[in-house]
Amino acid sequence: MAGLMVGFGHYTHAIVRGIPASLAKEALRSSQSEVDVVNARREHEAYVEVLGTRLGLEVVELPADESLPDCVFVEDAAVVCGDTALITRPGAESRRRETEAMKGALKDLNLNIVEMTDENATLDGGDVLFTGREFFVGLSKRTNQRGAEILADAFKDYAVSTVPVLEGLHLKSFCSMGGPGLIVIGSSEPAQKALKIMQQMSDHRYDKLTVPDDLAANCIYMNLPNKGHVLLHPTAEEFPESVKVFEKLKDHMLIPVSNMEKVKVDGALTCCSVLINKKGNI
Amino acid sequence: MTTESGTDSEAKQPQENKETEKAKAAAEPTSPQNQPEQLPAAAGHSTPARTEQERQEEDLVSHRSSTSRLSRSPLRGVKKVKIMQCKVTLLDGSDFTLNVEKRAKGQVLFDKICDHLNLLERDYFGITCRDVENQKNWLDPSKELKKQIRTGPWNFAFNVKFYPPDPSQLTEDITRYYLCLQLRDDVVSGRLPCSFATHTVLGSYTVQSELGDYDPEELGSDYISELRFAPNQTKELEEKVMELHKTYKGMTPAEAEMHFLENAKKLSMYGVDLHHAKDSEGVEIMLGVCSSGLLIYRDRLRINRFAWPKILKISYKRNNFYIKIRPGEFEQFESTIGFKLPNHRAAKRLWKVCVEHHTFFRLVSPDAPPKKFLSLGSKFRYSGRTQAQTRRASSQIIRPAPLFERSSSKRYNMSRSLDGAPIMENHETLMKDSAADGAAKVIAKGDIITTVTTEKKAEEEKAEQEDAQMDAVEMPEPMATTPLRQDTKTDSEQTDFAFDGEMTATESDADEDSEMRTQDTSPPEEMVKHQTNISELKRSFLETGDSAPGLTEWEKRLSSSPARSPRADEAPMIVPLEPQDTQDEKPAGEGTKEEVEPKVTEAAGYLVKYVVDSIATDLATSSGPHGISLSTTMDDDVFMDGTLREVDEKTPDSQEEVSERAEMKVSPGAVRQEVSQAISDKKGTLIILKEAEDKVDTEGKETSAADEEEAPVVPGEAEAGENEMLSKEKEYIKEDMSVVLEAKTTVVKTQSPTMEIKTDDMTQIKGSGSPKKAMASWISEGVKTDASEVIGVSTKQVKEMKTFDAMQQKAEIFTFVKEVQTEQSKSSLTQITVSESSSTSLSVSTLGWVSSSEKASAEPEERAVVATETEAAPVESTGPTSLDAVEVGTKEMPVVHTETKTITYESAEVDTNGDVDPGVLLSAQTITSETSSTTTTTHITKTVKGGISETRIEKRIVITGDTDIDHDQALAQAIKEAKEQHPDMSVTKVVVHKETEITPEDGED
Repeated sequence: MAGLMVGFGHYTHAIVRGIPASLAKEALRSSQSEVDVVNARREHEAYVEVLGTRLGLEVVELPADESLPDCVFVEDAAVVCGDTALITRPGAESRRRETEAMKGALKDLNLNIVEMTDENATLDGGDVLFTGREFFVGLSKRTNQRGAEILADAFKDYAVSTVPVLEGLHLKSFCSMGGPGLIVIGSSEPAQKALKIMQQMSDHRYDKLTVPDDLAANCIYMNLPNKGHVLLHPTAEEFPESVKVFEKLKDHMLIPVSNMEKVKVDGALTCCSVLINKKGNI
Repeated sequence: MTTESGTDSEAKQPQENKETEKAKAAAEPTSPQNQPEQLPAAAGHSTPARTEQERQEEDLVSHRSSTSRLSRSPLRGVKKVKIMQCKVTLLDGSDFTLNVEKRAKGQVLFDKICDHLNLLERDYFGITCRDVENQKNWLDPSKELKKQIRTGPWNFAFNVKFYPPDPSQLTEDITRYYLCLQLRDDVVSGRLPCSFATHTVLGSYTVQSELGDYDPEELGSDYISELRFAPNQTKELEEKVMELHKTYKGMTPAEAEMHFLENAKKLSMYGVDLHHAKDSEGVEIMLGVCSSGLLIYRDRLRINRFAWPKILKISYKRNNFYIKIRPGEFEQFESTIGFKLPNHRAAKRLWKVCVEHHTFFRLVSPDAPPKKFLSLGSKFRYSGRTQAQTRRASSQIIRPAPLFERSSSKRYNMSRSLDGAPIMENHETLMKDSAADGAAKVIAKGDIITTVTTEKKAEEEKAEQEDAQMDAVEMPEPMATTPLRQDTKTDSEQTDFAFDGEMTATESDADEDSEMRTQDTSPPEEMVKHQTNISELKRSFLETGDSAPGLTEWEKRLSSSPARSPRADEAPMIVPLEPQDTQDEKPAGEGTKEEVEPKVTEAAGYLVKYVVDSIATDLATSSGPHGISLSTTMDDDVFMDGTLREVDEKTPDSQEEVSERAEMKVSPGAVRQEVSQAISDKKGTLIILKEAEDKVDTEGKETSAADEEEAPVVPGEAEAGENEMLSKEKEYIKEDMSVVLEAKTTVVKTQSPTMEIKTDDMTQIKGSGSPKKAMASWISEGVKTDASEVIGVSTKQVKEMKTFDAMQQKAEIFTFVKEVQTEQSKSSLTQITVSESSSTSLSVSTLGWVSSSEKASAEPEERAVVATETEAAPVESTGPTSLDAVEVGTKEMPVVHTETKTITYESAEVDTNGDVDPGVLLSAQTITSETSSTTTTTHITKTVKGGISETRIEKRIVITGDTDIDHDQALAQAIKEAKEQHPDMSVTKVVVHKETEITPEDGED
């Protein structure tokens, strides 16, 4: 009987993907940095472990594809909301084929698949912030207006507002949801500006949790049975100041997850999984 | 029909008629298959028959509806009436045919439809008609139908106009049902896009509400394909719908509809009215008007959003539509954004929709400024109730949930039909009861009726005369016009009363009261039982009788009602300016009224005296143009308050009035009149204030308070009035409503005499029958007064606070009126008025009038006028007549105690000149900003008067919290800020209003 749009943060499944060796050299990145694939893989294993073992999600792990150095960042390949999955058209040409495996996995989960076939459209899942009540789509280097339109068409129930992303790779490079109605936002000027825009565009009111580091603002929020509010956030090792902020969230189960290697190729916590709620689907 | 339409209000319909209707209605369901088509047919038949009956009965009985919102058409006396047949497409797709007078206003048609639908919460709905371009336009209820239908047959559609953001707050299931019907159509037509999953969910609830529980034997396997759920309905969708449907066993239709709405309301396009447009660069966009503001879409993407508070002004010119945006945090200037609409009509249509939505949804809080914000540039205004008002009103609905038929349902029809018989019985019994209630009313009605007729004539005549004489009558410019507008209907009706009473203000009041009383007085429980009748219900609903606050069935049934104790909307009617406030206050039980009253009386006494003084002063001092002394002009407080200055000019009237009053004094009987006049004067000022400023809170409240009081008082009043001054005073006090009415009445009277005298420029008061005019005249008079004499009236009202549970709320309101007058010397007159009242009731309304009259020769004077303390007075104190009411009120008194304190500091600037010229209103704008605990409303009015431009800024800050607030500090801070922000302006008035809830222990019981 539960209507739509309830149960924000409820997830049953997660789709992840392995890290190809090519990540070290060929993955796209905004800064020059050396990535230790071994460390990255260790990190990723820990991440998957948290999702599967600790949180009890059913994890679908796609094999890495050496020809797709960025394939671990599955978030960009699909946007799943409810029982609908939009297969994106990633803004980076080299990443377009990442969607194939993703599509197969989502189909296997019996989701309604919507594909972005328009050749003028680009959209990275990292630019899509779903708040539970609406979508914000960052217009960035990777995502354009047309992509956002298609997303809006795919999820007709929700308002889809566009937000210019002036700095950073994706919209979610400096923000994410920290709970129902709670936006975690970086404190940089572009981040704050984006937040302002989001607030203006929205009919809903959001609380914000401002963290000193933009990158630390990318967290994964879940609301799980028997666990309540769960927040996966970067470790104190990386962002000590920001973690202090997270620790103020008394109602949340806080799970620090290390992301030191992947961040070097602009990978954040949300980037590495697509979360799905199968039970909520009708 | 003729008669009916003439009467307009269904409320007026005699109960008996209702009965017949009901019987018919009941009969309908009984019919084995109710096809949608059948309904209209039946309706069609019943309507005419009904009409005639009503007609006759109407004359006898119908008067109670006096309060009803319908505008009374002047047609009464007219013999020839052209009847037009209207075809209205209802929400279930059926057509309803009915006849209305050709000259009938939109409201008539609307009310008839709502009656037919048995719909009480009607403010969310409206009537559309297609224009030449096949575009849907909303009928303006206040305008004649024929003027809104240029060509073609009179075909309309009944639709949801304002989609309630939270349908669960609707009071009645039947209202939700109609909303569901609208939404189903929105969904199926594609206007309300939704996902596949949502289609299935919505569809499944639709099936449940229409067909009931899933029952394969009865329904078969393909039962669903005849229903429409989506623009492109697939087999898959139907299967999913069925799947869900199976899981709903036992869910009632009402529950299913509630679920439907809970899902539908979350859709992003819920209630968004889209208009095609282009932006400044020619890009195709869509403008969406919704409850929260204006949304800009490009394709499906929301590319911008302007919440109502962000929008300073909405306008259109030719095919351009403009919004002026408040500067952002870091911006210095306002910006105007223009959009191109396909044509002029489209631009105007969009503009109207914006105005209406803004008013309906945004002007929820009592403090909200009257429509000024949107008022410039067109006479159009939303004349209905706001959402807040309608919510309050609907919380008064006390009829048992009506049984109704879901149009296309099969199973439910069956069961319904079975129920039908019992239903009939219910109605009958209800009817009877109501009739019993009505007995008292009847008398009043009789009086009223007669009166009405006469009045109208009188009004018309007067109007004609006046019109002939004075063109200016139009009144006080935008200011007056605007605020008044809303309530016009009500006013008119009241006015009518006044006119009736014309001879005697008291009488008219009495009538009113009696009506009111009936509603108010009758014990709530009874109400519940009896008010099954639509007309009754309507009355109570529309007219806002205040039934005992706490007890309404509604409350029992629904939690949805706003926290406030339910109050009728009468206030709006009575006091056009700020309906909301009135309502708020209304919630206060009668007991409250009573309590307040005694103190009020005192205040009244002061008032009277002051008035007299002022009058005397005037007489003595003034040597006006017409022999009336105008010369030395005292500025009224009112002045200060009001932006109205511009408007006013006419001194003479006021003087005349004064003189009249003086005369009146002499005779004992006259005294009462005096008082009433005085009151009326004050009220007039009050009105002005209200209009002028958005202060509404205080003033509006007063008015409302008056309303409340009046009901009980009235009957006694008439008598008392004849007796002694004191009693008179009390009466006045008690009956705020009556006072208002009286004021109007007096005004009219006065004016007519005055008119003659004045002859010229100064006072142009239309005595015309319309209440508005009267109001306007009052206002104008008040204004005049400014120039010529000084009658300062400061009104303070206590706000009622809604208290949820035992929450404490404190609100402080600071009002700053800054005036920049290039001209003359300013004399400062300071009034400090403190009124405190504590009473037990959800809402407490206190009235305190302070009037000070002075000769203002440009000298500054300070006065601490009156400090009135009001404490809970015994209920008994109330006027003679309304014992019943009192009792009821007492019983139902809520436990919440509120303490209210209002402090006003005023420094008045006196214009030595005495502005004779009415200013020209250049612009008015209202800015509202909100934070969690404070609301700041800034109202800026620019006027040009005699070549001098004047800018008034009024700032109202409402602080809500449960901690103590340092008033002095807050005040000092606010003043400081205001000064800083506008160094070139002066602060003329500061009002601090504090409301505190007192812990329940003190219960008056």
